[in-house]
Amino acid sequence: MASTDTSPAHSDIAGLEAGLDALETKATDRTPVRQVLLQKVLPPVTAVLLVIVLWQVLVWAEVTDEYKLPPPADVADSLQQMWLEGTLLEVIWTSVSRGLLGFLLALAIGTPLGLIVARVKFVRAAIGPILSGLQSLPSVAWVPPAVLWFGLNDQMMYAVILLGAVPSIANGLVSGIDQVPPLFLRAGKTLGATGLAGARHIVLPAALPGYLAGLKQGWAFSWRSLMAAEIIASSPDLGLGLGQLLENGRNNSDMPGIFLAILLILIVGIAIDLLIFSPLERRVLRSRGLLVKN
Amino acid sequence: MTRTLLTKAADLKDGTATADTATTTDPAVRITGVHKSFGPALVLDDIDLEVRPGEFVCLLGASGCGKSTLLNLVAGLDSPTAGAIEVPGGKRPALMFQEHALFPWLTAGKNIELALRLRGLPREQRRPEAQRLLELVRLGDAYKKRVHELSGGMRQRVALARALAQDSDVLLMDEPFAALDAITRDVLHEELTRIWRETGVSVLFVTHNVREAVRLAQRVVLMSSRPGRVSRVWDVELPQPRRIEDAAVAELSVEITEELRGEIRRHGQH
Repeated sequence: MASTDTSPAHSDIAGLEAGLDALETKATDRTPVRQVLLQKVLPPVTAVLLVIVLWQVLVWAEVTDEYKLPPPADVADSLQQMWLEGTLLEVIWTSVSRGLLGFLLALAIGTPLGLIVARVKFVRAAIGPILSGLQSLPSVAWVPPAVLWFGLNDQMMYAVILLGAVPSIANGLVSGIDQVPPLFLRAGKTLGATGLAGARHIVLPAALPGYLAGLKQGWAFSWRSLMAAEIIASSPDLGLGLGQLLENGRNNSDMPGIFLAILLILIVGIAIDLLIFSPLERRVLRSRGLLVKN
Repeated sequence: MTRTLLTKAADLKDGTATADTATTTDPAVRITGVHKSFGPALVLDDIDLEVRPGEFVCLLGASGCGKSTLLNLVAGLDSPTAGAIEVPGGKRPALMFQEHALFPWLTAGKNIELALRLRGLPREQRRPEAQRLLELVRLGDAYKKRVHELSGGMRQRVALARALAQDSDVLLMDEPFAALDAITRDVLHEELTRIWRETGVSVLFVTHNVREAVRLAQRVVLMSSRPGRVSRVWDVELPQPRRIEDAAVAELSVEITEELRGEIRRHGQH
């Protein structure tokens, strides 16, 4: 111990303090796998199974014509057929690679934009309201002008993704920075973190949870924008993505194909969120003690 | 009682004399004729106060006496409307708040390392120095702990270690123990006294708790409210380590409390 004091009252204090520390520290343990399976995995799996059962019951009850509501087995057949043809992963990859590349571009543009809006008062007054207003504009509205600007090609798709996702990412960063507790800024200032050092060591790490929430929403917007673009701008020159798959299903009156395309779009959107963004967010929140166990 | 004080003063004088002759006469903090207004409201009215090197001074007062405002001025977070604040040591004073203000995205150790880094300490020295400071506050095992894994008292001790990491001559403390339970606060009083004596840092400590002030300080400065003025100063010539239950501490606390109540009563009369 660092103490140099040898008076009985003081040597005693170390033990007292150790006792207090032990009494007041909560034990944190990880949830066992069985409990995770039971509490986190079982409920959604049950829900999905119930939906499929309900779907099958509706088909059996013949509530509508079979070309309007195909049985689940037909959709599974379409899936198996695509898998056997080897096109399934190709179609998914076409869309996912476009979506992720577009998202990364949006990230590269939205991050500096958000920083400038958050820190420069004039810019904030000028484009802040437009930026948050743009979030409520459905990104499909950008498809017609983008087609005329760029033609039916990949650039047009990326333009639509950017217009949809950049405002979300920038806004997430702005609100993240706005929510940095003033106490952290004061503490940083007394430690000598001002200007760039302050931004790097205090503001940006403190704004990370808000920024991540913005990224998550940015991905959702990217994916939606891309699907809108792919549905409207399908052309043989563009590789076959999930949106085109859906549009082809409509053209061929292939209802199982349509159902399959919708399910795949949904599953990919959820999977990216579950595999990338949720773990990232949980990690950040848990390390800061912001994740409440329930 | 007086003998202990004299010996301590002599020690201090020797220490500073060998280090730098220019600073022997300089106080650690010199506040001269400071006024502070927020709009039309005068918060601080002509404050004169010096903190000697290695001295422990408590600023005591009721709400609205501007004691926290004064501390912010000394910390350089705000500037006075009139008057001057000098910190002759040249280093930015360290400041500890009522809330621990530790950064939750860093571990306890990394919080201290950030302070060391901002102070300009070379990378390879940071980790051992952070560990040394944690051991000084008896938290040698807490390097990798996250802020939310620590108890309130442990957080304040890490915050103290982070403040000490600035290696400043002056430590400003803004009611740092006010949110803690009585048992923990009592222990931290003892730790603070020990660390103050080990490091020789000058402390300016703001509190509204009279007993806390008498327990800790060499000098208690009572401030009146609206506007804040220095109303009376006591030299506390009791030997350290003291205990908050000591009869002498209680006796002086009663005297100061009477004075403080008198100050507060004046505000109800008009």
